[in-house]
Amino acid sequence: MKIMQEPILVLAEHLKGNIADITYEMLGAARRLADELKAPLYSVVFGKDVAPVASHLGIADSVFVLDHPQLDMPSPDVLAALLKMLIEQKKVSLVLIGGTNVSTGIGPKLSFRLNLPFVNFCRNIRVENGSMILTSQLFGGKILSDVRLPENRGVVSVYPGSFPADVARSDRKPSVEMVDLPVEETKVIFKRYIEPETGDIDITKQDILVSVGRGIATADNVAMVEELANVLGGAVCASRPVIDQGWLPLSRQVGKSGMTVKPKLYLSFGVSGAPEHVEGMKDSGLVISVNTDPNAPIFGVSHYGVCADLFDVLPALVEKIKTHKGKE
Amino acid sequence: MDIVVLLRMVPDVVEELVIAADGRSLDTQWLRMRLSDPDEHALEEAIILKEKHNGTVTVVAMEAPEVDEVLFTAYAKGADKAAKLSGDWTGIQAPTIAKLFSSYFSSANRQLGSETLVLLGSQAIDDLEGEVAPYLSEMLGVPYVGVVTGIRLDEENKKMTAIKEFAGGLRGEFELPLPAVLGIQAAEKPPRYVPVAKVRSVMKSSKIENVEISPLESVAGLSIDRLFTPEAAGRAEMLEGPPEEVSARIIEILVERGLVGR
Repeated sequence: MKIMQEPILVLAEHLKGNIADITYEMLGAARRLADELKAPLYSVVFGKDVAPVASHLGIADSVFVLDHPQLDMPSPDVLAALLKMLIEQKKVSLVLIGGTNVSTGIGPKLSFRLNLPFVNFCRNIRVENGSMILTSQLFGGKILSDVRLPENRGVVSVYPGSFPADVARSDRKPSVEMVDLPVEETKVIFKRYIEPETGDIDITKQDILVSVGRGIATADNVAMVEELANVLGGAVCASRPVIDQGWLPLSRQVGKSGMTVKPKLYLSFGVSGAPEHVEGMKDSGLVISVNTDPNAPIFGVSHYGVCADLFDVLPALVEKIKTHKGKE
Repeated sequence: MDIVVLLRMVPDVVEELVIAADGRSLDTQWLRMRLSDPDEHALEEAIILKEKHNGTVTVVAMEAPEVDEVLFTAYAKGADKAAKLSGDWTGIQAPTIAKLFSSYFSSANRQLGSETLVLLGSQAIDDLEGEVAPYLSEMLGVPYVGVVTGIRLDEENKKMTAIKEFAGGLRGEFELPLPAVLGIQAAEKPPRYVPVAKVRSVMKSSKIENVEISPLESVAGLSIDRLFTPEAAGRAEMLEGPPEEVSARIIEILVERGLVGR
């Protein structure tokens, strides 16, 4: 049975004038889907002074733009209201929204207002007999779930890093339509940006990073890792749980809401490898990981793995490096 | 201030998660439940706000195994009231959870006031159908900010500034009035620890209120085809042996690649 799918819409995400990778990741996935289902692909840009953003979205069949002074970092209420109007006007059936901090909250609000299902943490979309099957990750990536959307209609939050971004960077000049929709008043007012704290060390500029996760157990143990980083000539970074415990400053956080790092060597201890963390380190040159759990997802993105207690390996490694350096 | 913290239990992912015979849910027999991490931060933020601005902290949870201990621990940390929504809520998803909490707020003695702040975790690891906070803000008709890592209040407790995380360490400040719903990503300080002895003594002196919720209309959710475990990517070459041997091998690898030695 051949189904003609109604249009697919991608909400373009941008921050401080820069298009977020997630926008291209979604557009690439949506392009393939739209071609397969014979559906038009739309993208929409909401913001203030956003014409330059729209010009990069040529992979879409049409790009809608609403440029409005009140849309500088709008709240999810405002965006959900605008999206609802656009979706009804353009008869859109499927909406893709970035599963990022920037876009958090828009999807559920939109799904509530449109009375359409919402799929979170989406990592893959495929079509079987005209019916879309979406794969979501649950429980920090430990379980995957296949779900269907009735009549292929719904709101989907796409997990960052799930699709390649580069396929969607197009030189084609998009067909841009300026839309005129009423921007509603909101009680949530954006006041200002707070720039990242400049820590003692910029972990994005280090060649060697020693990373610690929940497995480090207490703040006192961080000193052991500092010692290893010192003898290697690198710096210490961490996954979210360590930062939330206050054991290392925010400037050392690797992952979704922290920094994206690409060191030559990423040596991890007691990091389980939750998707939020992996997103920030997956492009490192060489990854060596130590974890007690043989099934820890971190081993899936490591070149070498050691299934052992980090408290056994750390001191041994520090000693060996010291001895090795002594010989040089 | 009237701070209400909504708490949820989630499976402890340190344990192995077993898929049930139906292929669409987790086998509850093997699940160990724990308080969702971001919810624990929401509770901590509530206690921090109470210490700064006075007022009361009420914690509310859905009935679930081991939830009483979580509520008594909240008392021991400084909560003033604890309530449990009676019922079997196994497997319910965010839209229904939000409906449940919104019906809690519709009861006569638990209306939102001009000083009510509702806090909950910005996200939970099983939020397949979305986060609870934005749904709840829709149902209650109050403003919302998610991924919050800090809250400031003006002197009259009327206007609030919420700090939201974007990416790469960049954050933003948003101003909004009360009542409001905030999704908390992390408290300003790590969640405090309370000794078990204190929790035990609180169990003798405090009570958990049981709240009956009238049956909910079921919300049409997603149809789950199947749950499955990801294929082990297995990319890593595993190094085996005693720590000294493994360390020696690591150094060889680093030397080969010119990453150590100079």
